[in-house]
Amino acid sequence: MYCYDEYDQRMIDERVSQYRDQVRRRLSNELTETEFLPLRLQNGLYMQIHGYMLRIAVPYGLISSRQMRMFAHIARKYDRGYGHFTTRQNIQFNWLKLEDTPDILADLATVQMHAIQTSGNCVRNITSDEFAGVAQDEVVDPRPYAEILRQWSTFHPEFAYLPRKFKIAISGAKEDRAAILAHDIGLSVGKNAQGETGFRVLVGGGLGRTPVIGSEICEFLPWQHVLTYVESILRIYNQFGRRDNKFKARIKILVKALGIDEFRRLVEEDWLNLKDGPGTLTREEVERVASFFTDPTYEVLTDHDSSLKEFMADNRNFSNWMKHNVRPHRVPGYAIVVLSVKKPGNAPGDVTHEQMDAVADLADHYSFGEMRITHKQNLVFADVKQADLIALWRELSKLELASPNIGMLTDIISCPGAEFCTLANARSIPLSKLIAERFESLDFQYDIGEISLNISGCMNACGQHHIGNIGITGVEKKNHEEWYQISIGGAEGNNCSLGKILGPSLTFHQIPEAIDRILQVYLRERIDEGERFIDTVRRIGHTPFKDHVYATDFTEEPIKPDDKDGVVAARYAVPFFSPRF
Amino acid sequence: MIIKNKAIIEDDWQVLRLQDQETAEAAIVPNGKIIVPLKVWLAQRAVLQQRNDIGVWFASDERPENLAEDVHRFSVIAVDFPKFSDGRGYSIAYNLRTRLGYSGELRAIGDVLRDQLFYMQRVGFDTFEPRPDRNINDALKGFEDFSEVYQTSVDRKQPLFRRVVRQGMGAVGFGDD
Repeated sequence: MYCYDEYDQRMIDERVSQYRDQVRRRLSNELTETEFLPLRLQNGLYMQIHGYMLRIAVPYGLISSRQMRMFAHIARKYDRGYGHFTTRQNIQFNWLKLEDTPDILADLATVQMHAIQTSGNCVRNITSDEFAGVAQDEVVDPRPYAEILRQWSTFHPEFAYLPRKFKIAISGAKEDRAAILAHDIGLSVGKNAQGETGFRVLVGGGLGRTPVIGSEICEFLPWQHVLTYVESILRIYNQFGRRDNKFKARIKILVKALGIDEFRRLVEEDWLNLKDGPGTLTREEVERVASFFTDPTYEVLTDHDSSLKEFMADNRNFSNWMKHNVRPHRVPGYAIVVLSVKKPGNAPGDVTHEQMDAVADLADHYSFGEMRITHKQNLVFADVKQADLIALWRELSKLELASPNIGMLTDIISCPGAEFCTLANARSIPLSKLIAERFESLDFQYDIGEISLNISGCMNACGQHHIGNIGITGVEKKNHEEWYQISIGGAEGNNCSLGKILGPSLTFHQIPEAIDRILQVYLRERIDEGERFIDTVRRIGHTPFKDHVYATDFTEEPIKPDDKDGVVAARYAVPFFSPRF
Repeated sequence: MIIKNKAIIEDDWQVLRLQDQETAEAAIVPNGKIIVPLKVWLAQRAVLQQRNDIGVWFASDERPENLAEDVHRFSVIAVDFPKFSDGRGYSIAYNLRTRLGYSGELRAIGDVLRDQLFYMQRVGFDTFEPRPDRNINDALKGFEDFSEVYQTSVDRKQPLFRRVVRQGMGAVGFGDD
């Protein structure tokens, strides 16, 4: 993976000093909260319900075991012993004190990490394919370009106060695993007919209140021009994006208002001034950065390991795990392993400091000391020898990171929700637990097959509910009840689509039953087991699902109004009651 | 007092701001060195171009191209930041410097604070009028936040990767060959 040189290191060290002084000025009231707010936000620090939340950048989701141990250290020393992996491949700590945050950033800088631009109206952490470099369908490794874009966007002087946040994702495989159609800029790096490397550039995608699929602004941009072209897109957006209404400020609204052709004309008019200028990438620079992403020292192996087959035949848990959590690797004898951070009953994406330390040790032992955070809030060991799979599975099982549910119903994506976030209308994590517990049976999950379920606590869509096959959004809290909308038909990947709302909103306790009814329709209507849930929805439309969900009343569980803890059957450390309710 | 080229100096330019109801055509431009709103310049150009003590300032929603043919007349152009979080002024400055070739004094006015100065100097501002309630000596520290930068802008025509030799992990092929 990429290693900082003196320049990278000096910049983040100077950032720590700058930020330490900003916190000092805030604590001494030299800075008002209004003035401090955009400064702390550009360092990933949010004021949440319980205190300060710090979001740490994990560029394109890739981290070393040393960095993971630093997360464990931060969780122990400054937080309550755990962290939360996010849908943007970052990690968040939810229980911090403002005065500790400069020390946390100083600790992070010792392992080449930071929280720069993880929030605020600026270019955010660049995300990418969690299987980059090892996927069988990869055309070009996107990681060098992701790193080059990371450096380019870091402290960009012109684009630190954009109309709104700006998210870039990059993918280099045939199948899009980075949701590039749902980003402000989506980049797909590939080859043209002549074998030259270049980018398909998409712009104006995004979720949030107004979900939009990105439009193609450039079909094939030769690799040399990626920084200057992105710069021109940002410059047009910075000047013309709406600033009068926060909810209409994302680039997707501008692209829609102008139309993609006019937007492209403006971008290319600006770009003519930059094209082939000094901002153009050089072969030397791409090769230098790419040299950090070369293959580890793979052994020469073959794919056939008879002991694996025997063990699979003997052990159903292991064979389930092999089938669902292990992916083919482009190098014979190796495999990609997805660690499930979705054990039913636990908060999706939450990892304790003990798990972090243990995972770091396992990565050292089994996967060249590196791992990835996925946008589905799981972890990946990208380079595991197939001969080690049994041993690794045993270790992961002890850590409760081997639930064989990747891509299944309980592999739920969830934002932190109203227990933590001041924006959320309703809780997400307790609902995800309630759903996961109801559908915990693996036989049932395997019968349903591939499906995605995404939960966001509000329309800002941090749980990416628009692109979940089933999406749930918290819409309001009233009469001691939280209300949610269900949408179906969303999907990510090459056939990205946005879900459509099924009908009137439902309460916390009605949601699992409603999902059950949706799944009953699927089981009844599917042609055979090979037809996935999303395929059935696309084939028969929403109506049969809607009709069945709303055909009969829901049985309510009795709720004692005073007993706020009683609302959720939680095995969860955080009480339901928060100051907002 | 203003900051010019990282030093605190006395300044005798005044900034003219229109009152409510006041139109660009009717605004009275006093004698003496004065920086007028772009729209006042455009409305009263015939008269004002007789004077050599006029500067012009841009609101954050105004376009540098509107001044194109006049840009070289001015020894001072200012860009107003109505709120420090309104980042349009950065692109206005960049465009004035790079696209229109303006080489005179470029001044940041309005909600100008220490923590934005580093970025402002990068996009071409050389003069700053920090908000009057702030310590101007303290603001000077804002220029020193970082000693190196990655990307091109007005202050740095070459990106870091073209300016210095950076070490990789050894040779790799590009994959195009």
